[in-house]
Amino acid sequence: MATNNGNATTLDAPPGKRSWLYKNRIKLAPWAFLAPGLIFFFIYVIAPIFQSIWISFYHWDGLGPKEWVGMTNYIDLMDDDRFYTSLVNNVWWLVLYMLAVPAGLAIALFLNQTVTGIRLYKSLFFFPFVISQVVVGLIFTWFYNPEFGIVGIVWNFFGAQPPAILGDEDLVTFGIIFAGLWPQIAYCMILYLTGLNNVSPDQVEAGRLDNAKGWKMLWFIILPQLKPATFIAVVVTVIGALRSFDLIAVMTEGGPYGSSNVLAYYMYETALSEYGFRYGYGSAIATVLFLIMLVYISFFLWRMYQDERG
Amino acid sequence: MFKSISKTAAALAITSLLGAPAMAGDLSIIFDDLNPAPKAGFEAAVEKFKAANPDINVTYSINDREAHKTAIRNFLSAEAPDVTSWYPGNRMAPFVNAGQFEDVSDVWEAEGFNDSLASTKSAMTIDGKQWGVPYTYYQWGMYYRADIFAEHGIEPPKTWEELLAASAKLKEAGITPITIGTKNLWPAAGVFDYLNLRTNGYDVHNDLTAGKIKYTDPRIVAVFEKWRELVEPGYFLENHATMSWQDAMAAFVKGEAAMYVMGNFAVDSMRDGGLTDDQIDFFPFPEITPGVARAEEAPTDAFFIPANAKNKEDARKFLAFIAQADVQTEWNETLGQLPINKNSTVGDDKFLQKGFETLSTASGLAQFFDRDAPAEMAKAGMEGFQEFMIKPERMDDILKRLDKIQERVYK
Repeated sequence: MATNNGNATTLDAPPGKRSWLYKNRIKLAPWAFLAPGLIFFFIYVIAPIFQSIWISFYHWDGLGPKEWVGMTNYIDLMDDDRFYTSLVNNVWWLVLYMLAVPAGLAIALFLNQTVTGIRLYKSLFFFPFVISQVVVGLIFTWFYNPEFGIVGIVWNFFGAQPPAILGDEDLVTFGIIFAGLWPQIAYCMILYLTGLNNVSPDQVEAGRLDNAKGWKMLWFIILPQLKPATFIAVVVTVIGALRSFDLIAVMTEGGPYGSSNVLAYYMYETALSEYGFRYGYGSAIATVLFLIMLVYISFFLWRMYQDERG
Repeated sequence: MFKSISKTAAALAITSLLGAPAMAGDLSIIFDDLNPAPKAGFEAAVEKFKAANPDINVTYSINDREAHKTAIRNFLSAEAPDVTSWYPGNRMAPFVNAGQFEDVSDVWEAEGFNDSLASTKSAMTIDGKQWGVPYTYYQWGMYYRADIFAEHGIEPPKTWEELLAASAKLKEAGITPITIGTKNLWPAAGVFDYLNLRTNGYDVHNDLTAGKIKYTDPRIVAVFEKWRELVEPGYFLENHATMSWQDAMAAFVKGEAAMYVMGNFAVDSMRDGGLTDDQIDFFPFPEITPGVARAEEAPTDAFFIPANAKNKEDARKFLAFIAQADVQTEWNETLGQLPINKNSTVGDDKFLQKGFETLSTASGLAQFFDRDAPAEMAKAGMEGFQEFMIKPERMDDILKRLDKIQERVYK
């Protein structure tokens, strides 16, 4: 870069004297700036993906020598009840987590008005997203406790036997998803609030003149303008649902007997937890999870590409 | 030229002379229990070691017990301490097999541990070598609220029928007979182990955890049938799957539950909860099949030297130190557990005395389900126990699943 000192004599130098670096400086500059990011992205994101796909073909306890077993781990997966439980739970997460998008929109619309102290209300509504997931999990664990939690108190008030939500294989996943929705709704809400700032008043005005009100106004005038916000909200919610790990680790550790597991936690459990010494098997689960995520990632990239072509 | 080289060499020699003793004298230890009594016992022992070895600069850190179980895998290979606490039996097997623990048979030989620690030698041995030095063990059994028993005129049960009768009586009085918290799974394994040891005996426990007996074997099915007699009438605490063992202790302390199948470490938290020694007592798990020799659970805790340790010489000194009779006496008195060295004296505490008596008259000592069975089998087995305690009607499915996993784990 010594040549690129902006000196007039260098710029006017005859073409033969200019270095290759200098001639291509416009093309090279972005890469030079991107390089640190790309290098780290490669080391910490791209390489581990291929590494874990590679490990999924081995039997390995993470300590000793590896043993090549080909597709055995994947064949074992096909025959593993816990894996199917996790997969089904992942689907539930994906479906129910989507409720965060309309709920976030509803709250955003509700908060999008000028009242005294609205900034305070907005920050209060945003608060759950700022709390760590671990704390959210802990709060809801107490909340659900049939002995001293609020759920138990309410049930007892009506004279009913309170359910042990986190101890019941049929309820536990929904209990955790509900806890997860709390911060996720706040997240979607903030996305929509920023989106609502950009809604053009002219169009709203024009809609009014054409007698659009209520649902019609929302559906035909507001929502189309919120499309970018909706897109981002859906993407972060999908990714949040697939990565649901912290809440499960804090609230149930996948229990009772594995019934609240999802793929991300099951992977951790088989490969890295107290009794988990099956790195190959864990990697196979990770690969399956990656393939599911890939569907969304490709969709996301395709949409970005379409938008850019515009 | 030559001069400058020799000068450098001399300088190097001097620095290494100065540096070497300091380097060799740094000993780092990782311990795994933050609870008040174990922490105090460990720290006192370290102070004593420092006093005896003033030239060694000891540093230590103490992990949370559950966190230590996953952290050890990272620090053994990444940044190994010179000494770490861990468990014997199958729990140490992965690290021994991967060459991450140091063979310390020489310490056993030199210090005469083969004789003084003979009771736990087999648990510390893999491939004929010893891999660590134990410092404590503790009894398991039935802890009970003596005041509640007295109030309802119940004698500590000695047989299965008496246990069922006592449970029925307590249940009728609105008290949960047995408290338990299975969120961390292992408390359920304690119950299973005792039912198995009392129904079938020590050899079946060992054969099962060694993968020689199937879970669908009639002898194991019989164990579950006995367990069912406690589960179906609701003799265990409700909602146990959401509770850790400490959470389940609350019911015991509040007098809502009367018995607890636990290890002796639980006594500390009973006392912390405000119970006096008159209110709590201990009896060995009742007999089930008459004539089966009484074996007990007695998990051992130990110290190990990682293969990547920097200061193995002083680490050996530490291991030799912690197994000395007087050190173990004092440590275990603080800890409220039993010393392993046969020349140590047992603390003057009714639970320790009873525990010592129970264990020294037992026909065999088991480590624990999750220490005797390989990790993957232990995890699956304990999940099965938990599921059975909630859905006893699924027994057949659970046992078949465990057979399937057993087949894969032990091949």
